[in-house]
Amino acid sequence: MTLEDLQELSEKEQLRQAEKKHRILYCSAAGCASCGSDKIGAVLKAKIKEHGLEKECEVVGTGCLGLCGEGPLVKLQSDQTLYQNVDVQAAEQIIESHIVKNLPVTAKKVDTTQPFFISQTKIVLENCGEINSESIDEYIGVRGYEALAKVVNEMQPAEVIEEIRKSGLRGRGGAGYSTGLKWGIVSKAHGEQKYVVCNADEGDPGAFMDRSVLEGDPHRVLEGMAIAGYAVGATQGYVYCRAEYPLAIERLKLAIKLAEKMGMLGNRILESQFNFRIDIRIGAGAFVCGEETALLQSIEGKRGNPKPRPPYPSEKGLWGMPTLINNVETFANIAPIIRNGSEWFAGIGTEKSKGTKVFALAGNIRNTGLIEVPMGIPLRKIIFDIGGGTPEGTEFKAAQTGGPSGGCIPKDHLDLPVDYESLSKVGSIMGSGGMIVMDSTSKMVDVAKFFMQFCMDESCGKCIPCRVGTRHIYGLLDKISKKKATQDDMVLLQELCTMVKETSLCGLGQSAPNPVLSTLRFFRNEYEELLQPVEIYQGEPGVVADFEK
Amino acid sequence: MAVKTLTINGEQYSAQEGESILSVARQHNIPIPTLCHLEGLSTVGACRLCVVQIEGIPRLLPACTTKVEEGMVIQTANERLNKYRRMIVALLASEGNHVCAVCVANNHCELQDLAYSVGLVRVRYPYLFPNKQLDATHKDYVMDHNRCVLCTRCVRVCDEVEGAHVWDVAGRGINSEIITGLDYSWGNSQTCTECGKCVMVCPTGALFEKGVTVSEMEKKKGFLKYIITARQKKEWVSIGNE
Repeated sequence: MTLEDLQELSEKEQLRQAEKKHRILYCSAAGCASCGSDKIGAVLKAKIKEHGLEKECEVVGTGCLGLCGEGPLVKLQSDQTLYQNVDVQAAEQIIESHIVKNLPVTAKKVDTTQPFFISQTKIVLENCGEINSESIDEYIGVRGYEALAKVVNEMQPAEVIEEIRKSGLRGRGGAGYSTGLKWGIVSKAHGEQKYVVCNADEGDPGAFMDRSVLEGDPHRVLEGMAIAGYAVGATQGYVYCRAEYPLAIERLKLAIKLAEKMGMLGNRILESQFNFRIDIRIGAGAFVCGEETALLQSIEGKRGNPKPRPPYPSEKGLWGMPTLINNVETFANIAPIIRNGSEWFAGIGTEKSKGTKVFALAGNIRNTGLIEVPMGIPLRKIIFDIGGGTPEGTEFKAAQTGGPSGGCIPKDHLDLPVDYESLSKVGSIMGSGGMIVMDSTSKMVDVAKFFMQFCMDESCGKCIPCRVGTRHIYGLLDKISKKKATQDDMVLLQELCTMVKETSLCGLGQSAPNPVLSTLRFFRNEYEELLQPVEIYQGEPGVVADFEK
Repeated sequence: MAVKTLTINGEQYSAQEGESILSVARQHNIPIPTLCHLEGLSTVGACRLCVVQIEGIPRLLPACTTKVEEGMVIQTANERLNKYRRMIVALLASEGNHVCAVCVANNHCELQDLAYSVGLVRVRYPYLFPNKQLDATHKDYVMDHNRCVLCTRCVRVCDEVEGAHVWDVAGRGINSEIITGLDYSWGNSQTCTECGKCVMVCPTGALFEKGVTVSEMEKKKGFLKYIITARQKKEWVSIGNE
């Protein structure tokens, strides 16, 4: 297949879709599937058949439609009507009333003029909820694989890296390292074999961005990986996906199969000299395997324990060979950058943080779901415009970003621009994109305790500070939350947090104390309210030993 | 190989390219405490006792895995590092069931030595008193998990030197434990060659010979150097009584 063939195929697909009077999209991603969207899809299809509309209408299962909290969602692509909380009855109505009689079902209709829909900028999610994620033709119909064709036939690897570098794209996995620089290091590293690895081991509580991309637009990730492979000189790629994402794995598998069949992956890709294969490796449920060195160990079939860096994976990664590791969202940004040029991408976002970021909005917020916003957008806009604010009668208290490695951002910092530097200035991190909103009902000590328990349970146990330190920090938080702690325990807590942060082996341990440190920074009073006055503590012997496991 | 010059605690030293900071420090008798590290085995950087401060690098890096670089300015001990080392040993003490008075390795124990050397006088963390098992099914040796500090020396010596890979780590976090084979009892292990290398490299009284009582278990780690020298240089160097 050549670029011309690809464009021809794309036009053919667009024509096929244009011939349909209605494309009825229903979200078949995990969020809506968990509330029965498969059944809704079946009902829609049956109703279309019943009315004999199969020729002019098609029912398509797509990726995430965004407003996950109100699922199952159904969308009519023709007039962009979105229906929420669709049950069997509503699904029947949509066909009978909207499709047949052209009368929208007002009761379930979502107001798509609200900020949640119009304030977003979609790059990574541009096809998510627009195309059938199980069809490669539909991906090609939206100019899919065009970037790959351009790269392998018209560009030198160095030009590709330069283009990515100029775009200013930074790793979306959390640390925010320049993607172009990383590619450059791997391409210059010596090794008879090089690897490209996609980190899809998304494990932060409340985060589901990568899952949604994989479920809604898997080909985009494969295309990004293949372009990366061409740029750095790798012929083998791995997607490391956690086993908790069965649907994402299923769709990835199908996507790889279809792409190989069409010549987008495998040998002599798009009739060039470039060969690239992608295999899936499935994690066994360890959060620490999202850490790159542990992830590589796991791919090699070993226990997923982190290793000290340096050497970095870009020099010595999989089986000692130079390895490029990027996150799902990073790879999902590659094809549009190549297609539209680096200047276009660099024009979005702030000076140091370019492009957009996908966030999984969750917690005490009205619009729970998946959003994509330009970098540098004020936090206030995300929470109050797009998110619709906290539920009625409660007041916004803090937003937690970066999962167990991140921190809480309080009310005073609501006008903070959301980019890598600004977030780290207030003690949080961009992270992979989880954003948990907390209102006046949330207790910050409990929040810290929750994340610390998570880190304690997920610590691999290799290094002492993380293995034992997180256990003791959890113990102290537990003691504080049960009103049994004193000021001495606070001193101990702070000391331990700093020590674990500074001496731990990998990112998990180094960032595990962040939720505690950041809540201590902004909500210290909530801790102190729970402390025992020293007099009572001294007067009651036995309290010292009163530590509960 | 190129020679690198570096500064450790204000003094200049030269080192071979590819050498670790720890190795340079040891050659010049600069004390850096270690636990998981053992010459002759691969380095894992797990115990974090050897972390040092390097100018220009915000993170603390372990001396055992960090290679020397030209112009490095290193501090191997200062108030901050000493405090962290004391805390690490304190964490270990609180994690297991370390009761020196009844331990076979009393006075021959690296954890005990470490506690003295870092100046640990009091453990401020609550003892966790884990419910750990003792495996005495092997005919010559015993594994007492109560005294294990998870340094993984036994795992590495068995895999890298003996080539049997009897030991490995199971579980995660605070529940990690050294296991034999696929978590069989040691006596039923079909891969154990009964060589006893694991016992000799174990820093504490977790692995010991049957028949020894309190303070009797001396660990002779010199054999490792003997084997490695013999394998690499084909020289059979006497190691004396070590």
